[in-house]
Amino acid sequence: MSTSQDGTQNAAQHASKSAAAIDRARAQGRAALIGYLPAGYPSVADTIAAGIALAENGADLIEIGIPYSDPVMDGQVIQAATTEALAKGFRVPEVFDVVRGITSKTDAAVLVMTYWNPVVRMGVDEFSRRLAEAGGAGLITPDLIPDEAAEWMAASDKYGLDRVFLVAPSSSPERMKRTVDASRGFVYAVSIMGVTGARASVSSAAKSVVAAAHAAGAERVCVGLGVSNAGHVREIAEYADGVIVGTALVAAIRDGGVDAVASLTKDLSTGLTKEEA
Amino acid sequence: MVRLMVDAPAAGSDESAVDAFLQGGRPQEPTAQGGPSLRHAPGPYFGGYGGRWMPESLIAALDELEDTFEKAKADPEFTAQIADLNKNYSGRPSLLTEAKRFAEHAGGVRIFLKREDLNHTGSHKINNVLGQALLAKRMGKTRVIAETGAGQHGVASATAAALLGLECVVYMGAEDCRRQSLNVARMELLGATVIPVTNGSQTLKDAINEALRDWVANVGNTHYLLGTAAGAHPFPAMVRYFHEVIGEEARAQILDQTGRLPDAVCACIGGGSNAIGIFHGFLDDASVKIYGFEAGGEGVETGRHAATITLGKPGVLHGARSYLMQDDDGQTIESHSISAGLDYPGVGPEHSYLADIGRVRYEPITDSEAMEAFRLLCRTEGIIPAIESAHALAGAIKVGQRLAAEDAGAASEKIVIVNLSGRGDKDVATAAEWFDLLDEDSPEAEIAKEGEQL
Ligand SMILES: Cc1ncc(COP(=O)(O)O)c(C=O)c1O
Repeated sequence: MSTSQDGTQNAAQHASKSAAAIDRARAQGRAALIGYLPAGYPSVADTIAAGIALAENGADLIEIGIPYSDPVMDGQVIQAATTEALAKGFRVPEVFDVVRGITSKTDAAVLVMTYWNPVVRMGVDEFSRRLAEAGGAGLITPDLIPDEAAEWMAASDKYGLDRVFLVAPSSSPERMKRTVDASRGFVYAVSIMGVTGARASVSSAAKSVVAAAHAAGAERVCVGLGVSNAGHVREIAEYADGVIVGTALVAAIRDGGVDAVASLTKDLSTGLTKEEA
Repeated sequence: MVRLMVDAPAAGSDESAVDAFLQGGRPQEPTAQGGPSLRHAPGPYFGGYGGRWMPESLIAALDELEDTFEKAKADPEFTAQIADLNKNYSGRPSLLTEAKRFAEHAGGVRIFLKREDLNHTGSHKINNVLGQALLAKRMGKTRVIAETGAGQHGVASATAAALLGLECVVYMGAEDCRRQSLNVARMELLGATVIPVTNGSQTLKDAINEALRDWVANVGNTHYLLGTAAGAHPFPAMVRYFHEVIGEEARAQILDQTGRLPDAVCACIGGGSNAIGIFHGFLDDASVKIYGFEAGGEGVETGRHAATITLGKPGVLHGARSYLMQDDDGQTIESHSISAGLDYPGVGPEHSYLADIGRVRYEPITDSEAMEAFRLLCRTEGIIPAIESAHALAGAIKVGQRLAAEDAGAASEKIVIVNLSGRGDKDVATAAEWFDLLDEDSPEAEIAKEGEQL
């Protein structure tokens, strides 16, 4: 089975690390758990330790965010964390240290979540090369749509990286198809029209976005935004291939450090098993 | 004249612009004389700039806006509505006033002021907000949101919303709210809700971030009324369209008053809306030199400025690829200017393109130079300009002196148009502080002691 929807797999000659991680979870009859942590919060060493704790306690994929000056898709908790990381002097190349630190100790797939300008500044090819060297799986790009991604399509093929684009409740069928086709690894389904942040319940829009992405040909669709607890995970695991938790983990590391990340991850992972026989 | 600019990186000059963009360089080619028309560039790309560097969640809304805008432009009812509001609400056409006493300080060339300061609400901003508010209504949206720095665009947005019966929410940096409390009151008088933004640097760029977050969450009933010719497609081309009236009027007025085209046109550049509006009228007139004046703040060598094109590098922010003040990591650098309306680390993508192809020259003007020109206009013409516009006036003094230096005998035949984008009522406290006119015991002087800009 191809790990790509777009047929460029052959050019890359690499298997998708994210797809492999999701498929391993699938083989165990469950959805994959994806945990987000911002790099450098509260320190680079802590991010590495927390990333390892994520992997050891049930996360299949890890998403490392690059703190950025203008995070338009992030709510208060993540903004506060990334602002603090920047104030403490976080530099973009340190994200590769974080990725290497986690991939050298675990077999979780580690993706980087980044707004696009830091990649543009370093150079798309250079950034991709360094990410691949660090053992990274690919990029999640909240403000890059496939329409503007020509350079990234080329670089991700060249270095065998996954390109995780977002689809939203507002995506038209044409855009859904186009985005699914451009993605590799998985497609990130935004559960709600809004930004990151804890929410009381999972939006009913999430299920239809996943269905639309599957219908457009996506083999792996993971749901993020507002997923806050094991109950949410359980609900989403029923219909999605993976569940992405961000703000809740950031609040955990803020309030209780690496140990809190470990115990929250353990708890979240109890929701992954699909309940229907 | 109405041919479209090549918008994809295909033609020769565009190609070099793209190459330059990719390498971060900037060729200084001669102007696009004899090349394809530069007018009515439709976007999404201006050479290698522009585009849509935006979350997928907002793409449908941008598509809807683009579609509504394209249909409206072709609808005589819409264009008649705009013409009527411009005439009977804003007070257009704005005057073109010759500034004879001011011109004595500009090498003795003739200087004409395009009086956007005389529009309702006191600046060019009204042209754009009326257009976008009408589009919001066409889309069936009941709520508009806007960002504002000093409050000019916020006041204009609140005005248009009141006129058209729309709910209005304005995001404004917490620092700016405190410094511009009268403008906050003005917006509230007009029925708008002002939300202080406490994230990031608490200034204009963070207000835009917060407005975008609101838009993502409320896009069903909400239009984001962006205040300048920046952002994701279709904003740059659309905002320019609503301001093109400035250049059209100015061109006809100068022909009428002097019988010929000007030698130079000058405007200040924040995001670039007043400038692109007046430039547009003259882009295809090869004999007209065009100048954009950026905020040089305390001096471009100090790092405390907002000279985005002069010193920035290409990058993506707020939806467009354009010149950007950023550090080596691609983090946006905070800008500084005495003028809140120019205090933005980005710039509209069409300006980046016009800079690269050499059609428009962009130069920095320091706070001091702007304030000198501010005082000069007050004293010589009885017009208090917005401090933003004072940057264009300071630039015009330099341009006039250069024109005179080229051919001293002919100085009095040279003609320079300055876009006087706004009036300075809002800036009286800042200017009073700058010129040390404040009574020791006044509350303004108290604030000034804390090192704040009023
Ligand atoms: C009077 C005036 N001029 C100029 C500007 C700068 O904006 P732009 O570059 O979009 O014209 C502003 C912005 O607030 C303004 O109020």
